[in-house]
Amino acid sequence: MDTLRFLTCGSVDDGKSTLIGRLLYETKLIFEDQLEALKADSKKFGTQGERLDFALLVDGLQAEREQGITIDVAYRFFATPRRRFIVADTPGHEQYTRNMATGASTAQAAVLLIDARKGVLVQTKRHSRIVSMLGIRHVALAVNKMDLVDWSQAVFDEIQVDYRRFAQELGFETITAIPASALEGHNIVARDEVAMPWYQGLSLLQWLETVPAAAREAAQPFTMPVQWVNRPNLDFRGFSGRISSGSINPGDTVRISPSGVTSRVKDVLVGNSRATEAIAGQSVTLVLEDEVDASRGDVIAAALNPVESADQFEGELLWMSQHPLLPGRPYAALIHSKSASISITHIKHHLDINTGAHLAGKTLGLNEIAIVNVSFDRPVPFAPYSENMRLGAFIVIDKLTNETVGAGMIHFALRRAVNIHWQALEVTKAARAGMKHQQARCLWFTGLSGSGKSTIANLLEKRLHADGKHTYILDGDNVRHGLNRDLGFTEADRVENIRRVAEVAKLLVDAGLIVIVAFISPFRAERELARGLFDPGEFIEVFVDTPLEECERRDMKGLYAKARRGELKNFTGIDSDYEPPQSPEIHLRTIEVRPEACVDQIVHLLRS
Amino acid sequence: MDHTIFSDLESESIEIIREVAATAAKPVMLYSIGKDSSVMLRLAQKAFYPGPIPFPLMHIDTGWKFREMIAFRDLTAKEIGFELITYTNQRGVAEGVGPITHGSAYHTDVMKTEALKQALDLHRFDVAFGGARRDEEKSRAKERIFSFRAPGHRWEPKAQRPELWNLYNTRINGGETIRVFPLSNWTEADIWAYIRQENIPIVPLYFAAKRPVVKRFDQWIMVDDDRLPLEPGEKPQMRMVRFRTLGCYPLTAAIESNATTLDEIVAETLGATTSERQGRIIDHDGAGSMERKKQEGYF
Repeated sequence: MDTLRFLTCGSVDDGKSTLIGRLLYETKLIFEDQLEALKADSKKFGTQGERLDFALLVDGLQAEREQGITIDVAYRFFATPRRRFIVADTPGHEQYTRNMATGASTAQAAVLLIDARKGVLVQTKRHSRIVSMLGIRHVALAVNKMDLVDWSQAVFDEIQVDYRRFAQELGFETITAIPASALEGHNIVARDEVAMPWYQGLSLLQWLETVPAAAREAAQPFTMPVQWVNRPNLDFRGFSGRISSGSINPGDTVRISPSGVTSRVKDVLVGNSRATEAIAGQSVTLVLEDEVDASRGDVIAAALNPVESADQFEGELLWMSQHPLLPGRPYAALIHSKSASISITHIKHHLDINTGAHLAGKTLGLNEIAIVNVSFDRPVPFAPYSENMRLGAFIVIDKLTNETVGAGMIHFALRRAVNIHWQALEVTKAARAGMKHQQARCLWFTGLSGSGKSTIANLLEKRLHADGKHTYILDGDNVRHGLNRDLGFTEADRVENIRRVAEVAKLLVDAGLIVIVAFISPFRAERELARGLFDPGEFIEVFVDTPLEECERRDMKGLYAKARRGELKNFTGIDSDYEPPQSPEIHLRTIEVRPEACVDQIVHLLRS
Repeated sequence: MDHTIFSDLESESIEIIREVAATAAKPVMLYSIGKDSSVMLRLAQKAFYPGPIPFPLMHIDTGWKFREMIAFRDLTAKEIGFELITYTNQRGVAEGVGPITHGSAYHTDVMKTEALKQALDLHRFDVAFGGARRDEEKSRAKERIFSFRAPGHRWEPKAQRPELWNLYNTRINGGETIRVFPLSNWTEADIWAYIRQENIPIVPLYFAAKRPVVKRFDQWIMVDDDRLPLEPGEKPQMRMVRFRTLGCYPLTAAIESNATTLDEIVAETLGATTSERQGRIIDHDGAGSMERKKQEGYF
């Protein structure tokens, strides 16, 4: 007996919860005490009059029960003598696209619900696209509420033809249309012979019992990401992980990516016993014959079919956060067992999930999908998602809040990844700085508009110049008028603005200069990105800390007044956030300390 | 039931357990001595074989566990050789909190929920495994495998992270913790069938035997020691009973049964007409009571 994980999609109105409740009830998975609770709940919240409201069995959280909607993914379990089932029950509305994708990510098949009275709707198409995008290849089209269209074959046929025409582009291997009534129980468990004698196909449960459950990864060459290196003592070293494709036997030759080292498998441990074979989906520990090095995030593969590594990819990205994706911003990512820092370097186009149309867009909002280029900070072993889900899927994590904000699927590696090599130059940064009798540094001033960044920066540069140091100031005026002339003040443009400035500062530091950057730079993530470009000790964050009220009182350029009148949008401190540094190297409280004394503090640090 | 179900479930659980070991700063496995804990423990042994389990197990002792449970716990720790931490809320002990004197809700709150939070804080554990399953109760059906807890151990249904594929986001900030449920996708029937297949030792209370019980609110309550006050005229009677689930003794009811072997228990479970939590008095406080307890930090 095997296990089938499947997804049900459709709205509450389509009778999805009723369908699942019916399946649980008919397969005797509802206990008497739960039935008692259901009877009580049906009276209290039910929408079916005196009848049992099966939907109440599956709508889990209290808030949802009261509002009559399903807002999360719920997992249900039932079994027949032929199979064990795990149902991912997901909400259907557009604002829950991410929940549906979550349910679909672990499913092998999908049941799409259609209300017979309404036919194929925009939401049916949306659900189908998500299901297809996540790689599900077998769908059942459950045309529900047939009782409300007089069990009409014509209605059913029309819906079926309509759907098949639409779904041609989605790459499903099989589409099985089933006319049903979840409320009355027709064609759910057994085939209905009375109301719809014209239908000769499978009931929904029969379909679920026979649809292919094996992953297509099973037939491919062996791959396994190293999840944990098991080294309890000096005598044993094993590489533990879950096999992502193919099978492995003792004696097989394997190659480790990205190092390329080869060895032979000595033992395959499944749990606490030696096995003669292990297959895709199994958690194992491999013992190799040689003392080779591999760590978490490496991939062990059949030697003749090694896994490629790359650091630049094209892929599909679903965004799952209220805060939009900002190209250029560094995010954390997890791909199989490998953690990395990534950024989206380019949004090629958005994908309209309702129509399939390609749209232009500079950022990506909640529940939106785009084709993007993504850059990893190190080479990662991978496979295209369509070939090997476990080696091609990644999640995107916000570095500050640690929330999971995106789900990505790799299409292919960009050739660029292998072609660009940083040229190692013989005249080094240290050599250049040494000729100027100084250490190259980047002094990064951050603070609100009007906090005194430019004033202090200018005083500092004069002082350093007088000491014979070679310096340069980068500020909004000299950069925004030239290099960054094309950028505005939206969040996305601000991120790009800072990214470019940070890169220029890096080049100038490489030239041996002491660079003073004076930018509001309101977001921690970008300042951290800038810091990450420099060697340890080279980057000095200077927080020019002037309270908003004081900046607004000074208002030397009249900008705060304008912003307050609504004439300036996205103004930091007014309608755009400022995230103060948590541990800057230098913290200048300008209300208490005069600008000259601030400069003293900085010079003191530079000398030490 | 044949082998392939367990290959799938077992492999998923082992993957989850290893992921925590690979990413957490200081993980702990909550050990409740029950059948689910016994399965979870076996999976942890398999995950790290031939090495030892690389984290401690912790039992929150309410002081009201059946005596046989405590004996079983200590024997198991000795035989397998894992590090066992036990913790009891001393404030509760000082105030004499118990289910009979203070009621089940208050007892659970102080001796389980509060005790658990204290113990996690005391040892600075950042990730704690629990043996909860999604099939146990409605609000559990929506629980993540990696359940994120805000500072103060609060579970906020709306703040849970989307969980795609087998990619678990284990990153947390200071004060935040994660509860991890490796048995999320197991059902009660799976647990019993696996115990049988693997011959996993379990507390003898799961097997039917003649035990002293009294009938309260239509349920059989076992008289484990003289702390259970008898009503006037009430006399414990010897009945063939067993437990489907084990908790604090006056809060967990027994069922009448003649199942004395694992085969008989499996047969009885597959034919059961009531859910196992029916024996748990905690869940009857009303629809949504488990959800409320979880928000306060209960497992």
